[in-house]
Amino acid sequence: MKSIRAMALVSTDPASVERGAEAILRAFQAEIRGAGLLDEIKVSTISDVGERDDLPLVMIYPEAVVYGPVTPEDVPLLVEEHLKKGHIVKSLLGKMHEPVGEIAWLRSRLGSLPVQQRIVLSRAGIIDPESLDDYLIHDGYQALGKALFKLSPAQVIDEVEKSGLQGRGGAGFPTGRKWGFVRAAHGRPKYMICNADESEPGTFKDRLVLEGDPFSVIEAMTIAAYAVGAREGYIYVRGEYRLAYQRLENAIRQAEGRGLLGQKIFGQDFDFHIHLHAGAGAYICWEETALIESIEGKRGQPRARPPYPPSYGLWGKPTLVNNVETLANVPHILLNGGEWYHQFGTEKSRGTKVYTIMWNVNFTGVIEAPLGITLREVIEIYGKGMKKGAQLKLVQTGGSSGSIVPASMEDIPMDFESWRKYGASLGSGAILVCDEHTCVVDLAKVLLQFFRFECCAKCTPCRVGAARLYQIVSDISQGHGTIESLNEMVQLGQDMELLSNCGLGQTASVAVRDILKHFRDEVEEHVLQHVCRAGVCKLGEPLVKES
Amino acid sequence: MSDDTKHRDDTDQQEAIQAAGRSRSAQIGETELNAALKKAIQHHGDQRDAIIPILSELNEAFGYIPGEALGKIRRLINSPDEGLFLSDSQLFSIASFYQQFSLKPTGKHVIRFCESAPCHTVGGRQVIQALQEHLGIQIGETTEDKQWTLLTTSCLGLCAVGPVILVDEDLYGNVTPERLPAILARYRGEQ
Repeated sequence: MKSIRAMALVSTDPASVERGAEAILRAFQAEIRGAGLLDEIKVSTISDVGERDDLPLVMIYPEAVVYGPVTPEDVPLLVEEHLKKGHIVKSLLGKMHEPVGEIAWLRSRLGSLPVQQRIVLSRAGIIDPESLDDYLIHDGYQALGKALFKLSPAQVIDEVEKSGLQGRGGAGFPTGRKWGFVRAAHGRPKYMICNADESEPGTFKDRLVLEGDPFSVIEAMTIAAYAVGAREGYIYVRGEYRLAYQRLENAIRQAEGRGLLGQKIFGQDFDFHIHLHAGAGAYICWEETALIESIEGKRGQPRARPPYPPSYGLWGKPTLVNNVETLANVPHILLNGGEWYHQFGTEKSRGTKVYTIMWNVNFTGVIEAPLGITLREVIEIYGKGMKKGAQLKLVQTGGSSGSIVPASMEDIPMDFESWRKYGASLGSGAILVCDEHTCVVDLAKVLLQFFRFECCAKCTPCRVGAARLYQIVSDISQGHGTIESLNEMVQLGQDMELLSNCGLGQTASVAVRDILKHFRDEVEEHVLQHVCRAGVCKLGEPLVKES
Repeated sequence: MSDDTKHRDDTDQQEAIQAAGRSRSAQIGETELNAALKKAIQHHGDQRDAIIPILSELNEAFGYIPGEALGKIRRLINSPDEGLFLSDSQLFSIASFYQQFSLKPTGKHVIRFCESAPCHTVGGRQVIQALQEHLGIQIGETTEDKQWTLLTTSCLGLCAVGPVILVDEDLYGNVTPERLPAILARYRGEQ
């Protein structure tokens, strides 16, 4: 398969053809041939572009820039400036329209955002997720082939370790090292589990991979199984993701049919079977030991650790558990080598991260960008700026268990270390952009309501702590708070962080800690003056401040 | 939003057990239940890891897990020789743990409302209030005429188009209180 770096689409709907679209198409082909770019740039047509008055138009990918109306005489300039030098020719830009027709379709699929570096999502939206053939054409299963024929399991782990890939489930543990642990573990048999129980609110990155590129997850699992010595694997996909379940089911069946999964994979002496397991709605099952318990047909309550899953996992055997996004990186790393991965991200946080951006920005959805970009860049470039009139107040990252980050942290690189230094966590990559109409007390209340409900009730600090924190915050939001209760929250939060059995309890108090750290004055206003700046909380009559 | 409706406490469980007991005499016939169970076991096997898939299948078939099903599952999959031994209470603890399982009969249509932070901040608060007013029930309840059940769901991963509600199998994004009557009317027509 030839890989192209750009694509120019000429509109060929009846109105465009009437106005000379064919001449433009010919001009493009001639110009690109003349410039010797035939191998790099593809020229094609697009028909239904919707009702527009700037036809004929030309659309250039990957930036998804729309030019129009274009004449054949403009073509040399477009090729020279845009396709050769990468400059957008502002004078020829089409009018800003709400995208309709196939433009809307293409934009939503390919992403209309500049400088995205897509590894994990490189195929999502471009291939037919239900066709193994399509996946094979787009470099599918080459990495597995390379691993099975050219590399020993130890070399595969080396390559992953060299890449510096860190787990994308939230904790950021080095993937290669985890694989090494499982390989070195003594018990037999070993299991490989793909954690597709993406239940962190505001996170839907894994859904995109599962729905858009299910084969890559299966290929990566097979590679991992080969590396660690597992012969059986499970995909735990959450019950709410029905489409993902169907696509995975189909992908497993097709891969088995071609000898890429099951017995004697690639005709080699290597068997690997995958079971698909649907969850039944429990946030806590994202925690790996809870997930294992759930597969075993029990309540999804986390186990006491250590021992960790690499030594004592599913059915008490060594088990490797990896997140979907982590796995989706693996085939690319193996195919291109661990060194190749170093070009993305920062020195200590390699690679890209898939983020989901929501709410007060002009573009909401999924993006993939190198680790180490700043929040400002995410909002300005990928989110296309704040919504009209909105002022950034805070960002809630990483779903419910993530951090509340004030606007002042806008310029800190988003990677695992830098954020850890400031006491924030990237978590699952969800970015909820909030403006001044968001009340921090109300936000903390919703988050605690969530934790109170999702707590598995196994350990006391979390069960009682989350309920008590919720009660206090709820009191504050109704005008019954006291200033002492703020300190109680801090203390309770620390206790929960230290004493809880799993990540849920340890992070349940983060929201409270963060609002008291960054927005204490606003919380105090609720308590002392019965004033909610954002006008969200119903506090009754304001108390007059003593002068 | 009533904060106490969703709390998993003892009274809630008691009610569920009672409701499950009441249903024994009601809707679901013995043969119907046996057939569904047989199908589920054929599909998922009779090992430990089949328990949750079997429960899911029953929940999907009947809208809830009938109380008498638990005893049947136990009898079907227990094999003490192989070290697999379950009690009814263990099965109940599993069935009551997961959010997607209901132990009470549900209405004809089930509305699940996402109450996670991203949906809440973009106007979910108003939507749930309006929903409760329209239907005249609180979260976790079923209407008198057994047409509607209002439940919450965890994040559906559609946060970019929040607030999101799920009516039976149909998803609705960017929901506003104004849009609700039209959405509900679609299902009322079928009645």
